[in-house]
Amino acid sequence: MVDAATNPKFLVESLSVHYPDGTESLHNISLQIPRNAITVLFGPAGGGKSTLLRTFNRLNDMVEGTRYSGKVLLDGEDILTPSLDLVALRRRVGMVFAQPVPLPMSVRENMTYGLELAGERRRRNLDRAIEEGLQAAALWDEMKDRLNEPAHAMSGGQQQRLCLARVLAQQPEVILMDEPTSGLDPISTAKVEDSLQSIKKKYTIIIVPHSVQQAARLADWAGFLYQGDLIEWGEGKNLFIAPKVKRTEDYVTGRFG
Amino acid sequence: MRIPRSVVQKIAFSALTAIMAVTILTILTIITFIFWNGLPAVSSEFLFSMPREGMTAGGIWPAIVGTLYLTLGTAVIAVPIGLLAAIYLSEYAPDSTFTRTIRIAIINLAGIPSVVYGLFGLALFVLFLQLGSSILASCLTLAIMTLPVIISTAEEALRAVPQSFRVVSISMGGTRWQTIQRIVLPQALPGILTGVILGLERAAGETAPILFTGASFFLPQLPQSIFDETMALPYHLFVISTQVPGMPVRIQYGTALVLLVFVLVMNLSATLIRSYFRRKRQW
Ligand SMILES: Nc1ncnc2c1ncn2[C@@H]1O[C@H](COP(=O)(O)OP(=O)(O)O)[C@@H](O)[C@H]1O
Ligand SMILES: [Mg+2]
Repeated sequence: MVDAATNPKFLVESLSVHYPDGTESLHNISLQIPRNAITVLFGPAGGGKSTLLRTFNRLNDMVEGTRYSGKVLLDGEDILTPSLDLVALRRRVGMVFAQPVPLPMSVRENMTYGLELAGERRRRNLDRAIEEGLQAAALWDEMKDRLNEPAHAMSGGQQQRLCLARVLAQQPEVILMDEPTSGLDPISTAKVEDSLQSIKKKYTIIIVPHSVQQAARLADWAGFLYQGDLIEWGEGKNLFIAPKVKRTEDYVTGRFG
Repeated sequence: MRIPRSVVQKIAFSALTAIMAVTILTILTIITFIFWNGLPAVSSEFLFSMPREGMTAGGIWPAIVGTLYLTLGTAVIAVPIGLLAAIYLSEYAPDSTFTRTIRIAIINLAGIPSVVYGLFGLALFVLFLQLGSSILASCLTLAIMTLPVIISTAEEALRAVPQSFRVVSISMGGTRWQTIQRIVLPQALPGILTGVILGLERAAGETAPILFTGASFFLPQLPQSIFDETMALPYHLFVISTQVPGMPVRIQYGTALVLLVFVLVMNLSATLIRSYFRRKRQW
């Protein structure tokens, strides 16, 4: 975790986000997301965790009239400029959602969807991406003979790992995950967490966990968000063992939230 | 005295069942009646030959062909426009007073009597645009009448596609148009087809919109271009039922039967498409 400060993947400076109805969901946030590590954003509901995640791939823009102020740099390049190529950004920054959403097509087509959007047609490249993505999500053995089955026929846990796999097939640099295991049983959850540990060398992972326990298990770095403010930020182990701020401590020890 | 709930429920159920039975019986009676009286008239000569002897003999081939032309022509005009309008309303239009007004206008347009469309078509296409009484003018008129149905059912079908599919596709670097093309449209297609067929079915069965715009009483030959007039089943039925003295009843019912089958087949295919895809649906 040495160069987190000198060469972060994302550099966030005084970021505020307003929804069109006037809600200020993030208030003057500054932080740095280190590369090739798992960063956990946690805190009670409504704290702005999802809003922050959706700022990293500008998915908040789907709500017409959302306003950003401040700076978010991805590898030093401002991603809040209005002229930004959103398609290119979203290829670099993939996302996995709380509910698994297999697209209404086969497992194979789910895996190749992103690459085909980008114009990839060569069968060999697509096949390789399918295998690598499924391997990385620890799904290859289960899926290799079921590639042509409809994705919605898979179990919930398999669907969510497929959602991770199809993002990995796009070879992104960053993976955003918004409570990706909230609908999964403990075994499926453990499988997803194992995958994350094994792929984090190659990717920058930012995850909103569905519990404090999961936050503590996964965090290399962690930020505690409360009502739009970043209350505390630090290296994962320390933040959970010895939080500096009273409010973080109360939340981590289960006294509120 | 309070009537127990279960009794109220029984009464309500029986009433509903009775109403439904009456409705279905009425429809069945009409269909049976027309089949019973019309079937003896139907032969390959009746279907595929020209009318003879002041339409009191021969067949209804030009009317069948005309209705096919009109339905197809209407589809060619109304389907692309209706689909694009529905895509715009569902996927692109902001949720403003303006779009809400348009939506309400479309719903209201669907309820306007067809004769009004006929007069509108006469004024706009036949006279003002000088298309004359022609297949083209009739198709345009029918298309305008059909559009509200197509637009509102297609929009509904598009909106029924879960938003989460769109979010996922966009988050994977899809453009809005790619998302519509690859996810939204295929998923909405059965609903759209149903709407299209129901709209066209109305176009195929109406007399008033074509009465002033392109339908002909009698033509010695089939139309040669879209600027010719044409015979059509509903208008032919009207003509032989009211305008021709000494018309054999057999031929009237035979014509009614052909029109009915035409419309029923369209209706049935809409139902089949819908139920087939509903079983196949992946969400
Ligand atoms: N589309 C939206 N429009 C308006 N307000 C929103 C929207 N999405 C979220 N919010 C508000 O922004 C705040 C932060 O929400 P969110 O980022 O979802 O928090 P979290 O993920 O931590 O629960 C909440 O007050 C929420 O009500
Ligand atoms: Mg959230």
